[in-house]
Amino acid sequence: MAETLIKPLTVNFGPQHPAAHGVLRMVMEMDGEVVRRIDPHIGLLHRGTEKLIEYKTYLQAIPYFDRLDYVSPMAQEHAFVLAIEKLLGVEVPARGQYIRVLFDEITRILNHLLNIPAYAMDVGAVTPFLWAFEQRELLMEFYERASGARMHANYYRPGGVHQDLPAGMLDDIWAWTEQFPKVVDDLEELLTENRIFKQRLVDIGVVSAEDAIAWGFTGPMLRASGVPWDLRKAQPYLVYDKMDFDIPVGKNGDCYDRYLVRMEEMRQSLKIMHQCIQNMPGGPATSVDRKVTPPPRSEMKRSMEALIHHFKLYTEGFHVPAGETYTAIEAPKGEFGVYLISDGSNKPYRCKIRAPGFAHLQAMEFCSKGYMLADSVAILGSMDIVFGEVDR
Amino acid sequence: MTVLNRTAKSFLLQELLSGMWLTLKYVFRPKVTINYPYEKGPLSPRFRGEHVLRRYPNGEERCIACKLCEAVCPALAITIEAEPRADGSRRTTRYDIDMTKCIYCGLCQEACPVDAVVEGPNFEFATETREELFYNKERLLANGDRWEAEIAANLQSDSPYR
Repeated sequence: MAETLIKPLTVNFGPQHPAAHGVLRMVMEMDGEVVRRIDPHIGLLHRGTEKLIEYKTYLQAIPYFDRLDYVSPMAQEHAFVLAIEKLLGVEVPARGQYIRVLFDEITRILNHLLNIPAYAMDVGAVTPFLWAFEQRELLMEFYERASGARMHANYYRPGGVHQDLPAGMLDDIWAWTEQFPKVVDDLEELLTENRIFKQRLVDIGVVSAEDAIAWGFTGPMLRASGVPWDLRKAQPYLVYDKMDFDIPVGKNGDCYDRYLVRMEEMRQSLKIMHQCIQNMPGGPATSVDRKVTPPPRSEMKRSMEALIHHFKLYTEGFHVPAGETYTAIEAPKGEFGVYLISDGSNKPYRCKIRAPGFAHLQAMEFCSKGYMLADSVAILGSMDIVFGEVDR
Repeated sequence: MTVLNRTAKSFLLQELLSGMWLTLKYVFRPKVTINYPYEKGPLSPRFRGEHVLRRYPNGEERCIACKLCEAVCPALAITIEAEPRADGSRRTTRYDIDMTKCIYCGLCQEACPVDAVVEGPNFEFATETREELFYNKERLLANGDRWEAEIAANLQSDSPYR
């Protein structure tokens, strides 16, 4: 019998699909159940953040970073704030550095606590989602106590953090870290050995170390492929060089390894949080350079100079010396970088955002070619995509 | 031995059953959900919710129309017009906050030198129409009168950090 060529079936996945993690539209060319081609269409959540930032002062631009990857807000603020500090040459006091590292790790757990159970839900497990959200709620209470908002914190500022932590909060965070390993154990009990979970993940979406590097993977995606690259170790910023923690590395680079790496990262984050709380120094949390950080209220009420600084900083803002910098941090999803160009004015000349999710999503076709339709959902879940940062 | 062990575990559905047992144990734990409209989660003094315009204890409005909040607002949600009042003091004639634009970043309350505009503890201000969210000065002052006790206590308890 003569072979007949059948035109591949084109399936539209999303943008309203619950497994699309937001507003991803993927045009899939299917050969039966097997994926032949995937064309991710992005941009449905494009808000023009980079352009907007060019029209805002440095202070006003910080809230926009919360809204990029809205699952790990403080980590993105951190990249931007570090970039500004690098251009300004401002020192962050020790307490400010420790608070930032502490909240970076809270953010990492917050992010993984959303990704892992949402991922598990994509492949059929509902319970972990409910348990993880209970813990997320507790973490967001810490966010709220420190910054005033549960998600869009606007907490990190050039020169430190907005306000010092309220008294007693460190004890509460410590108490939370005491009970959290039990929750991770419970999640692992449900998922790690579960045969349904393993059948859906093991040997799915395998990426070799060379491919992972070539596609620009960072974060857990890269580490799952066996590359021990973590900016916290490779180019330590703030006090990460004083912290004792390990980088979990995967062996096979499949979806299951990415899950395991994220699980272990949560435990390592707890370790860093413990060290932060134990070694938390006293002193100011914010730089006392009044050309960058506004004076405290009591001083502003009494001193004319402080009042002038206050008015100057909240209207015109500070001027950043001309220059450019690429500053990257290890965000929970990977390397989140800010390429900031200043022309010496009070607004950034250009602010390019390097979102880890964007680099991961471009490998979607590469990862899922030849796998089944249902596997592409697992692969997408393992990439930890959030559309706020992909579309910006 | 390990092969035998693994086979036995696999055939006896060991990991599935232990997962179910764990879930069953969770069933008998105290509930963590709260009965929302009647019970509410904790809020810290720093919580940034609905905006209010405050008054001094003698009833005089605090806002002096310095327009710092308007200048610093990243979302351009605040509109202020001002002129001297009959007694010569500078006050706003118009103070509008477009709550549909507001991103609740808290920069306005940070910038306010007289603690006039504050993001209060109220987060339940959903409306049925969009127009109701365009707050004007009367609405904001009324909010201030309603929430003054809570806001004053919050500012007092947070004052060492501000």
